[in-house]
Amino acid sequence: MLDIASKIFLKNGFVMSFALIGITMYLSYLISVKLTKGRVHGSAIAVILGLVLAYIGGVKTGGKHGIADIEMFAGIGLMGGAMLRDYAITATAFGVDFDEIKKAGLPGVVSLFLGVIVSFLIGAIVAFAFGYTDAVSVTTIAAGAVTFIVGPITGAAVGASSEVIVLSIGAGVVKSILVMVVTPFIAKYIGLNNPTSAMVYGGLMGTTSGVAAGLAATDPKLVPYGAMTATFYTGLGALLAPSVLYLITKAILG
Amino acid sequence: MLIYGVTLLSVSFFAGLFLGDVIGKVIGINSNVGGVGIAMVILIMGVNYLTKRNKLSSKAQEGIAFWSGMYIPIVVAMTANQNVIAAVKGGPAAIIAGLLATVISFALIPFVSKIGKGKGGNFNKEKGVDNNA
Repeated sequence: MLDIASKIFLKNGFVMSFALIGITMYLSYLISVKLTKGRVHGSAIAVILGLVLAYIGGVKTGGKHGIADIEMFAGIGLMGGAMLRDYAITATAFGVDFDEIKKAGLPGVVSLFLGVIVSFLIGAIVAFAFGYTDAVSVTTIAAGAVTFIVGPITGAAVGASSEVIVLSIGAGVVKSILVMVVTPFIAKYIGLNNPTSAMVYGGLMGTTSGVAAGLAATDPKLVPYGAMTATFYTGLGALLAPSVLYLITKAILG
Repeated sequence: MLIYGVTLLSVSFFAGLFLGDVIGKVIGINSNVGGVGIAMVILIMGVNYLTKRNKLSSKAQEGIAFWSGMYIPIVVAMTANQNVIAAVKGGPAAIIAGLLATVISFALIPFVSKIGKGKGGNFNKEKGVDNNA
């Protein structure tokens, strides 16, 4: 019986993902209402449940793609992949107030540069504190603290060892997951309740997946504003980290 | 028709990604720069242009609204695909670097949000609009 079911899931993976994610959403909203009296938003719980599924997948298979590495659930990989994620993010722009975006223009740009530089600086200090003293390793780990995509791009550009590149990816993944989980809980303390602060948030945090999930769990109306700036962050990081920031690091460390 | 909205979304999506790749090439990095953000702007402009001319039927708008509504479930599916093990196994250096970068970036949000607010406030006062409303 289980055999037959798993074969059908395998053959129709994409459709299966709608069922599985739909049930996950339903359970999350149920938990939100029954266990937290609505204090914790349903989508915040869904994000955490998603990460738990990803952890189970990772432990079971040793792969990199969470639950999607379990053959039966491979369809989740398509539904949650970059293609549909970016497509749905684009769709959220439908109904956006263009004036709000223009109003946040300057803080948005400032947040992008500040976000990349501050994350890089902190990553560099931590790398140094853990005994990495050569400019190549420090730059790569620091770039990982920008995002888990900028880390390996930079590492490859400056010729870092694979051990350091893996470490930089780890730093980026930690950041992205923290942003997903923590955002809904601290949103009110950092004033994340209007389009301008959402754009600043997107620019400062930068990790597209973190920002996408963090805002979804906080207030879906803010998603397009945060996502808009966040999509520039990785490009800016990939531009600055292996060039200007690497040269500065090299000048300081000698 | 529903598909017209979905098509408008797809065309905007590809136009944005294409421009993002071109910008990446021009500044000499092997990465897309703001493709999705540009796609969003193109979609907003496209929707505005067509609605003003009464060319975007409510059915077509539903096509876009559907994908906008699928955003949260798609993001939940995305979280289920994350390499959580890499985060856990990254060791203390990776965890502390990621943690501090996140915490300090969060702490900066209220300060950067204030930039340009004075200017915006005056601008709105002239128009008699309360900025904080």
